[in-house]
Parts: sequence; C-alpha cells; structure tokens
Amino acid sequence: MSTHTIVALVENRPGVLNRIVSKWRQRGFNIESLAVGHSEVPGLSRMTFTVDGTTTDIDQVTKQMYKVIEVVKIADLTEHDMVHRELAMVKVTAPPKERGGIMEVVDIFRAKIVDVATESLIIEVTGTEEKVDAFLEMVRPYGIKELVRTGRIAMARGGGTPMAIEGAKGEQHRYRPAGEGKAKVGTLI
Amino acid sequence: MKLTGAQIVMECLAREGVEYIFGYPGGANLPLYDTLPQYPQIRHITVRHEQAAAHAADAYARVTGKAGVCWATSGPGATNLVTGIANAWMDSVPLVCITGAVVSWLIGRDGFQEADITGITLPITKQNYLVLDVNDLAQTMREGFHIATTGRPGPVLIDIPRDIQQEETEFEYPEKVDIASYKPATKGHQGQIKKAAQLIGESERPLILAGHGVIISQAYDELRELAERAHIPVICTLLGLGGFPGSHELFMGMPGMHGMYWNNMAIGEADLVMGIGMRFDDRVTGRLKDFAPNAKIIHIDIDPAEIGKNVKTTVPIVGDVKQVLSDLNPLVQAARHDEWYAHIQKIREEHPSIAIPNVNKLLPQYVIKSIYEQSGHDAYFVTGVGQHQMWAAQFFWNDNPASFITSGGLGTMGFEVPAAIGVQFARPKSLVWSIAGDGGFQMTMQELATIAEYELPIKFAIINNGFLGMVRQWQHLYYDDNLQSVRLLQPDFVKLAEAFGIAAMRVNEKTEVAPTIDKALQHPGPVVIDFEVEQHEDTFPAMSPGAALSETTDQPKFEEEPEPKKVRSS
Ligand SMILES: Cc1ncc(C[n+]2csc(CCOP(=O)(O)OP(=O)(O)O)c2C)c(N)n1
Repeated sequence: MSTHTIVALVENRPGVLNRIVSKWRQRGFNIESLAVGHSEVPGLSRMTFTVDGTTTDIDQVTKQMYKVIEVVKIADLTEHDMVHRELAMVKVTAPPKERGGIMEVVDIFRAKIVDVATESLIIEVTGTEEKVDAFLEMVRPYGIKELVRTGRIAMARGGGTPMAIEGAKGEQHRYRPAGEGKAKVGTLI
Repeated sequence: MKLTGAQIVMECLAREGVEYIFGYPGGANLPLYDTLPQYPQIRHITVRHEQAAAHAADAYARVTGKAGVCWATSGPGATNLVTGIANAWMDSVPLVCITGAVVSWLIGRDGFQEADITGITLPITKQNYLVLDVNDLAQTMREGFHIATTGRPGPVLIDIPRDIQQEETEFEYPEKVDIASYKPATKGHQGQIKKAAQLIGESERPLILAGHGVIISQAYDELRELAERAHIPVICTLLGLGGFPGSHELFMGMPGMHGMYWNNMAIGEADLVMGIGMRFDDRVTGRLKDFAPNAKIIHIDIDPAEIGKNVKTTVPIVGDVKQVLSDLNPLVQAARHDEWYAHIQKIREEHPSIAIPNVNKLLPQYVIKSIYEQSGHDAYFVTGVGQHQMWAAQFFWNDNPASFITSGGLGTMGFEVPAAIGVQFARPKSLVWSIAGDGGFQMTMQELATIAEYELPIKFAIINNGFLGMVRQWQHLYYDDNLQSVRLLQPDFVKLAEAFGIAAMRVNEKTEVAPTIDKALQHPGPVVIDFEVEQHEDTFPAMSPGAALSETTDQPKFEEEPEPKKVRSS
C-alpha cells in the first residue's frame, strides 16, 4: 500500500465539497481520510486527504479534482518532504484504581487528558497515524468508550510551499467566500 | 438602473449575443416569460418537452460554436432537461441552462415542484449555481457563459428561485470575468511541441486521429496544413467528422467499433498516432492494451485530465487545438509517406468496408448514401443513435465543417428530432437532414409540432427497419439471436406527420429513393420520409465489445453480386 497525501485549496463556496466528493464517487477513487478547515487565505479552505496509490490512479485524482472550478490549487505532498499529523480524542473507561496506569501511557505518548469524569477520561493524542494507533493499543485494555480521529493533515517542510498561489493574499483576486450578501444554503456542502 | 432578476437574466443574455432561447414555461420561471416582450432581439422557441429544449440548444451550439441556451421551470421541467445536459456534458458542448426554482424560503422544504436540480446535475455540469441573492445574478450569468464556452466547453446550469427573479436591484454588468481558480491553458508547452515535431519527423507510418476538439476550436485549416505538410492520413472520430474535408485524399473516415476496416488495421501498424482534440474513447480504441501497439502517442487536448487517462502518452500537449497546431506546424518538416499511404489504400481495396451490395432490396445504407449524394456538400446532417447513425457516419464524406451533428458520448436516442431544430435555427438558409431511427424518432416525435409551428424546413429520413436495429444486431450476434423487446409496433409515420401538418412520403422500393429525395428537396417546408428498409441488415465493419481493433470483422462477402459496385463517394 502506498498512501498519498493530497492537499487542496478550494474556494469556500456552497456545494464545493459535494462537487469534489461527487467526482471521487463517480470515478471510484478510494479516499481513506479527509480533513477540511480554513487556510491562511480568507475565503479559501484547505483540504487534506489520503488515497491509496495502489488502487487509485493518483494522477487522475489530482487532474479530475482540478477540473472542479473552485479548486484553486492541488498538490500531492507525498512528492515532498512533509510533516503530517492526526489528532484523536478517546474516551477511556477509567475507574480511580486504573487511572495511574492510564496516566503513565498518556505521559509516554505526550498525550493530554482534556476531560475527567468519575468513571472515564477523555484523552487527546496527536501524531502520525502509527503513533495514534500505538497509543490506542495501549489504552484499549482499559476499555475505549468512544473514539474520534480527524484524519491526516499535512504540510511540506522548509521555507517554500507547494501550495503557494498567485495573489494569494487577495491583492489580485477576490475569493468568493460564502455568506456574502444573503445567507446561502450551507457553506462548502 | 434598477432591474428585476428576470430582466438581469435577459440583459446578460442579450450582451452574450444570444439569439434563441429554447424553453418551456411553468410557475417557477414565469417572471422570465414576463420580460420576453421587452427583449425582441432574443427569440424564445417553445418546444414540446424540455429534453428537446436542451438538445436543440446543444445542436445549435455545435454548429455555431456559441453557447446554446435553454430554460425550464422547477421540478419536472428541470429534471426533463437532465438527459440533454448529460448529452452536452459527454460531448463537451457549451450549454447554459436556466431553471426557475421554488421561492427561496421554500428551498429544502419539499415545496410543490421542488427538485434539487443543482444536486441532480452536479456530475453532468461543468459548473452549476443556485442564486440566492439577486445581487449575485449578473456575475453568475457572466461567469456561467465564460465557463461554458472556454477551456473544454460544457454545460452550466443556473437555478434561480422565483422570488429572486422578481426582486429588484441596481444592474451593473460585470465587464470582466476573473475566476482565480479557473484559468484553462490554451497555449501548449513549447518544449513538448518541439518534441512532437521531432517525433513526426522521425515517423514513417504516422496517423492522425482527429476528434471533436478540432471542430470546437475551429482548427480546420491548421489540421489540414499539418496533414498535408507531413503527409499524414487523417482518421476522424465520430464527433470529429466534419473537422477535415471528406473529399481530401488524406481523409480516411472513421475508426473504431463500426469504423473503416483499413483504419483499425492501420492503427495497429502505425509507428505514430497523434490524437488531436479527442479522448481515446473505448469505442475508438477497442481493447486498450492492444491499442496501437507499435506507436508512439502524441496527445493534444485542452483537458489535462484526458491526458494519460486511457492511453499512455509519449508526448502530451495540453492546449487549444488551433493554438497548438499553429505553433506546431512551422516546426514540422515537409515529408511524404507514399509507401504507408499506398499500404493503407491496399487494405482499403481489399476490404472496402462500406461497399453496398447491388440488390433490389431497399437497403438502409443505400438510402443514406443517396441522401448524401443528392444533397451536396453544404447540407447539415443530424442523426439519432443506432445502426442508421453508424451508416450515416460511415458514408459521411463531406467537406462542410461541423456539418455532422450526432450524439457521441452519451448515445442519446431521440436526439435526431430536437437537434435538427437547433441546427435549422443556427443555419436557417441551409438544408438540414435528420437521419432518424424509427425507435429514436418515436422518443421525441412530439417535436414535429414545434417544427410545424416555426415552419422549419427540416427533411426527416426515418430509416425504418421496424426494429431497434442496433440492439437487434447485438442480440443477433452476441445473444444467440434471442430477440427480446426490439420489435416495435410502429405508428403510421406518414399519417403521423400529416396530423402535424407536415408533408410525408413513404418509400419501399429502391427505385423510388432518388425521386422521393428529390421531391423532398424541392418542397419548401418540412418533410418526413418513411423509408421502409430491409429489416435484418447488420452494420459492418464491427468490433465486438471488449475486442481489439485488429479483431474487427469486415462486412461479409456478398452472396450474389451481379455487377460489383464499389461505393466510395470520394
Ligand atoms: C435513450 C436511449 N435508450 C436506449 C438506448 C440503447 N440503444 C442504442 S441503439 C438502440 C436502437 C435504436 O433503434 P433505432 O432508433 O430504430 O435505430 P436503428 O438502430 O434501428 O438504426 C437502442 C435501443 C439508447 N442509445 N438511448
């Protein structure tokens, strides 16, 4: 398996996510994770998603996505030296007598306890998927009540960026965020 | 100037130079209709079914190169457009579809005649919009036309709630469209163009596969210059027909599933295949791994996603065909490939592919060929989908650019009637033939009413084989002749046409073909000719689905051939 990490800057307009996902579905691209949020440019959202390069033609993924009008920039970060992370929150069964053991694991993985209840803890852990997996293995014996993972986010190392866009700071182009004028029906989706 | 949303739509259409809107009214687009008298320069054509509006606009666009415009009301009006939109999408046709939507405060509440048409058309539009603020309308219209007509053209849908059509705002026409995320490349990469010129120079057995892109970018002269300079035979895909003069000695006709046998063989032997404005569709390539096994591939297309999608490319060039060829041609060395040309001619002599047996039966191919011969090179030909379409393509040997109008990618039966309407509006002075299937004709024949109403002098040739012919052929060849649901109970097409006030004739003898076509050509108005042809004729050459080009079956040898007559209109 070869996981490709692809990053896209997209105009934050109604229907964009739908449009992109529609292309993935129609063309049978196998997307493994997806994370979306704001970018450094107002009006542009940044998506990070991972695709299995052995089952999906990566060249077609980027080219077909680029055909979506709102996609401003797309790059396969796998070709770059990159930092990638995933964040997970996990609610673990933690009666008082087990807490010591759990906290030890939390320490080793530099995770964080973000909520404490009488019989459970919410732990936040950040790292590569492997690290998150390893952490989960360690706490699984205590009992995982709930788990959420964000999916990978990534950025190229070094001073340059493959995601640079012309006029990105809005000097040349006005990106058209949703919500100008009247309220639109949903943003992105 | 304060205008209503509906007036803004019309102002924008007028500024885009729109002559015709093909449409159908309903509750959600009445404000648009209300403005029609204020814009006499734009003519609204009332069709009888919204699908026809989309097909007519599509065909109008194919012939003129301008965006075709159609509109419909919300809900069923909008969904009736869907087949037409998909058709334009598959064949890269610039179409602007405007749908009325339920009032904005009812969107998402399943109000009467609400359909999520932007959701429904998402995968078959280049872009679509739901306009929820009248202040966005002018910008959206401008953008819509820009996106539909530039880069790789395609359909755009603009959905406008009724209240937005009625709301007033200050109208300001955006002079410029600048979409940061949409900058289609038109100029090819110079380095790649040099490499292409070099490959052409080194090639001994080159072929050009010319597609719809040649017609869309109107690169007729450039293609011709390239072919003549380097002496390269030109094969035109179904949608590429009309991109290169049929009377030219380098014109080779169509390749692929029902293409010329010699082309399918030559592609196997070529050492260079240049795909120009085409997308290596499976009907053209046959089994992909055996496509052009000896050839290097140059692929010129405006859509980067087409490059490498199906066929591995030696030299990819992303750009507008006209622009790329005008940059490429000066770098190409003049050459002759007489041996190669003669070789293809030899296959052609041995396998004439589209010879017509000299029999007394009324053969469909004979009818189609006669129509071509009697109509001259300036006419326009629209087809449906099926056997008659393939014969029409095989015998299309004409010079008139963009004069063969057919549904390629989607293969939409029923295209033949409304598309002819669009073509006749685009070319009011020209002869327009619709070569129709008896099956396809029945899918959209209600449009005879539109034709009668607007007095469009379209000539219909129904190639009436009493069957869904192409499906019958498949059931015959690939399903043991188990014929299911392909025998249609036919209406009396002559009476039918007459019921619409349209002149009609029936032909069932070979000897009547020429005089009847003549009569139709003399008649100033629309004519329907019901050609009751031989029912069991199969279309050859044929490549079975999944087979390689080299496995193409040529037409069978005729049993009886009193005086063999080679048919070739060139
Ligand atoms: C809308 C639609 N439905 C079904 C088909 C499948 N189909 C392809 S060819 C064909 C037969 C067409 O029959 P006819 O119009 O009589 O033309 P012929 O093949 O007999 O020349 C059919 C049913 C299609 N292409 N389009």
